Amino acid sequence: MCVPVAHPQSIEQLTALLRDEPKTVLLAGGTDLMVALNHGSQRIGPDELVVSLKEVPELSIIEVDHVQRLLRIGAGVNWDELLGAPVDTLAPCLTQAARTVGSHQIRTAGTIGGNIATASPAGDGVCALVALGAVAVLTSPEGQRRVAVEDVATGPKRSVLANDEFIESIEMPIVDGWQGYSKIGTRNAMVISVAGVAVVLSADSNSCRIALGSVGPTVMLADNASTFAGDSIDWTNKEISADSLERISELVRQVASPIDDHRSTATYRSHSVGVLARRLIERGLQEMRNSI
Amino acid sequence: MTNIHDERHFELTVNGERRQVVDGYPGESLLTVLRDRLGLTGAKGACEEGECGSCSVLLDGNLVCSCLVLAASATQSSVVTIEGLGGSTDVQTAFVECGAIQCGFCTPGLIMAATNLLERSTEPQTDEIREALAGNLCRCTGYGRIVEAVQTVVVQRSQGAS
Repeated sequence: MCVPVAHPQSIEQLTALLRDEPKTVLLAGGTDLMVALNHGSQRIGPDELVVSLKEVPELSIIEVDHVQRLLRIGAGVNWDELLGAPVDTLAPCLTQAARTVGSHQIRTAGTIGGNIATASPAGDGVCALVALGAVAVLTSPEGQRRVAVEDVATGPKRSVLANDEFIESIEMPIVDGWQGYSKIGTRNAMVISVAGVAVVLSADSNSCRIALGSVGPTVMLADNASTFAGDSIDWTNKEISADSLERISELVRQVASPIDDHRSTATYRSHSVGVLARRLIERGLQEMRNSI
Repeated sequence: MTNIHDERHFELTVNGERRQVVDGYPGESLLTVLRDRLGLTGAKGACEEGECGSCSVLLDGNLVCSCLVLAASATQSSVVTIEGLGGSTDVQTAFVECGAIQCGFCTPGLIMAATNLLERSTEPQTDEIREALAGNLCRCTGYGRIVEAVQTVVVQRSQGAS
């Protein structure tokens, strides 16, 4: 029996493998796949080919398009790389999310593409990307398609990715304004989020995007709360009324549909995302006022 | 040309030596290969899900949990385990002298994490040390003496020792 691991050296080779091989298992950082293999909840079958994505150079890019004001991050970029330049200044909420992921060991292994593909509602990076309005570039032998990050996951561990398809990169606008990510866990490090919120306040378009993690089957965009926030913020003076903040909290709690589990209760999670969204917006507006 | 390696028979570079791995099984972790096939039992296996850090090794200079590395995917990488440090680096000596070890189970992983931190940062503050070691759980010491050991090395190195 031969159980091979393929190491494609380019997007072209990777795409060819996915076209020609009937059964493949994609390996990025391994922080989910290896846990499943170690614990026996997943096995590599004799007819399956493990495809390591590490040696595909196109997956490691971080590109800044100043003309289109676009940041493009390869799916294979790891958390540790998201902590530094240029992501820390161009997409700071993604850097904040990256810093809350696991430990240094996990951050040097786990990738942003893996975070999306594994389709967990608690994905810290996914929450930041959804608030940023990021788009995942999906590639397969049939070609390429662009899917909003919030639409990639369809439920826990389920996604729109086809068997012969992979995430090549993630594109996000460079937003002028303020952005932040907050997360609640049972301790201060090494923790899966009990609730997470990312907020992006755009001074370019006087709009707000609020993303919620761990309060539904997938990371979600709080549409109504985002629209209401965008409309009720006084963008000239960077202020908002206490009543409007309370209304935003309420709209966030309404869209949340969490469950009780071993990490927390649904009631606590709903309450938490409401508080986190309010605090982030308050903090963001204050920091924007301070920098005028 | 896509390189395809046989997952049962492959070579790894561990502590500077080419090592043959035979009869690997599909999905086998680097930790298992190090301990059970290559006889390098310094890296410890506990949670096997990246929580405890006791299996930490350096992979191409990066600190990783060896339990989360597919062994057969690391054929092009350089692996350094606790055995590869020798036994008397300044970090190892400081851990002993500061009493930063008790049962010793977490120690190899913590030594690897501390060694890696001091390569990335020459003068880490206490918060930075604690953050860098957050992925290595110790159930004996309460971490105080571990942080102290790392701080001791920082001071020694700043005074010109290496």
